[in-house]
Amino acid sequence: MHFGPHLLLAALEGLVTSAVLALTALGLSLVFGVMRVVNVAHGEFFMLGAVLAWAISTAISGHPALGFLAALVLAPLIVGLIALVSERLVLRRLNYNPEATIVATIGMLYIIQQLALTFYGPEARPVEPPFSYRILLPWFGYSGYKLSIIAASALLLVATWFVLTRTRIGLVMRATQYDSETAQAFGIPVDRVYAGVFALGAMLAAVAAVLIVPISQAHYLMGQDPLLLSFIVVIIGGLGSLRGTVVAAVLIGLSDGIISVFFSPTLAKIIATLLVAMVLVFRPQGLFGTASR
Amino acid sequence: MTQPRAEALTISGLDCFYGEVQVLYGLDLVLNKGEVLCLFGRNGAGKTTTLKAIMGLVPSRAGSIRVDGRELTGLPAHDVPKAGVAYVPQGRRLFAEMTVAENIEIGLMARGKGKATRENVLELFPLLRQRLRQSSGTLSGGEQQMLAMARALCLEPQVLLLDEPTEGLMPSMIAKIRETVAKLRVSGVSTILVEQRVDAVLSVADRVSFIENGRNRETVDVEKLRADPSAVRRYVGVG
Repeated sequence: MHFGPHLLLAALEGLVTSAVLALTALGLSLVFGVMRVVNVAHGEFFMLGAVLAWAISTAISGHPALGFLAALVLAPLIVGLIALVSERLVLRRLNYNPEATIVATIGMLYIIQQLALTFYGPEARPVEPPFSYRILLPWFGYSGYKLSIIAASALLLVATWFVLTRTRIGLVMRATQYDSETAQAFGIPVDRVYAGVFALGAMLAAVAAVLIVPISQAHYLMGQDPLLLSFIVVIIGGLGSLRGTVVAAVLIGLSDGIISVFFSPTLAKIIATLLVAMVLVFRPQGLFGTASR
Repeated sequence: MTQPRAEALTISGLDCFYGEVQVLYGLDLVLNKGEVLCLFGRNGAGKTTTLKAIMGLVPSRAGSIRVDGRELTGLPAHDVPKAGVAYVPQGRRLFAEMTVAENIEIGLMARGKGKATRENVLELFPLLRQRLRQSSGTLSGGEQQMLAMARALCLEPQVLLLDEPTEGLMPSMIAKIRETVAKLRVSGVSTILVEQRVDAVLSVADRVSFIENGRNRETVDVEKLRADPSAVRRYVGVG
């Protein structure tokens, strides 16, 4: 293959990574932005989404698209519910203390991981993609499903942006983020907003996992990479900035795809981490974040 | 001027703590309907804490706060504004990254008020109407104070709590804020005003409560204070 088509292939692979990463990181960013909670268990909600997608799609017989669609709707809902329960049982009782919640979510990470190992097992299991249409380009064929991941992610990001900036729910979430005490003085039930945001963050990770599982496979340790990459994206993009999260996810995803193809995946990770270090040194609030007041 | 009137807000025996540090010691306070009551006292006397306690933002360990016969202590903080109490915090505390319109919308949402309320409030502060799309953090200090008051008035409150609204403003803005407080009194809103400057107090207040060490030492009619300002010197040491 010539350089041009090769680059196009690498860029497409990178965009798929970006798409999934943007959704996952957005969940992490929302939870930190509104609640000031660093959710170390975020990757486990991602993993749960994938594992549940496998469970749901294998439980439903018939055309693979049916099982996949069921998983796409049900898995995030179940994960959201689990997040809601853990928020009520753990984070709320710690009064959302920034240090205590880090330790608590580390605990949640191991509990969820071990539960998955116990009930799901150590195997990596595939989920059948809902369709296997291949788009034929002049130089190579490319999975139509992978392109649909990019489209689905873009759609969800736009929907999230719309909710945040154009609806009352978004207004309430932003008010809570900027000044939770004053928000309460204006009738906003801050603890219910927190519960909702935590569930929403987990659901975004779960949706991302359901989308990726037909091309990667579900495994009980699969949450670690997304967690690390999400942190990288959120730090580069600026915490609480939706635009920054998306831009950073595309940047990291594309560079990961292209550098992995032409050089090596290790170099891609080295460069991403170096970028984080540079951002932390020269622009600690992130590329699009606003300095704290 | 102050005949015995119906009480808009009654605080009795209020104890409040920040952690283990007691700030209010059995504070008593009565706000009559339609009056402007000023809380006056030194820094750290407990004026702001009193307002925060009314809003449920500082928990009270003992005592009661009643609005129109309804007990507020024990309510979650987000239910207090629904009882008709609006708060203009010290330092304004606007949602600075949001637009003027969004700040007003948050105020309207608190008690489900609509367009008519919004119009009334914008009538009171016509300047804000030209700034609706502007991010509220970029307004001048005086405009921010107006927006903070507008946001609170969107609740159509029976009781308004104002914490040092004239702090750091230029004289023309201070006059404007004072004028607004007077207008609100005419329309029947009962106001608790926290102030540090005695001249700002004398022109708008009906009565003045002197707060010292977390207690309400004395409540005086403003006429009496004008005639004999010795109380100001006694509690605050200026004047």
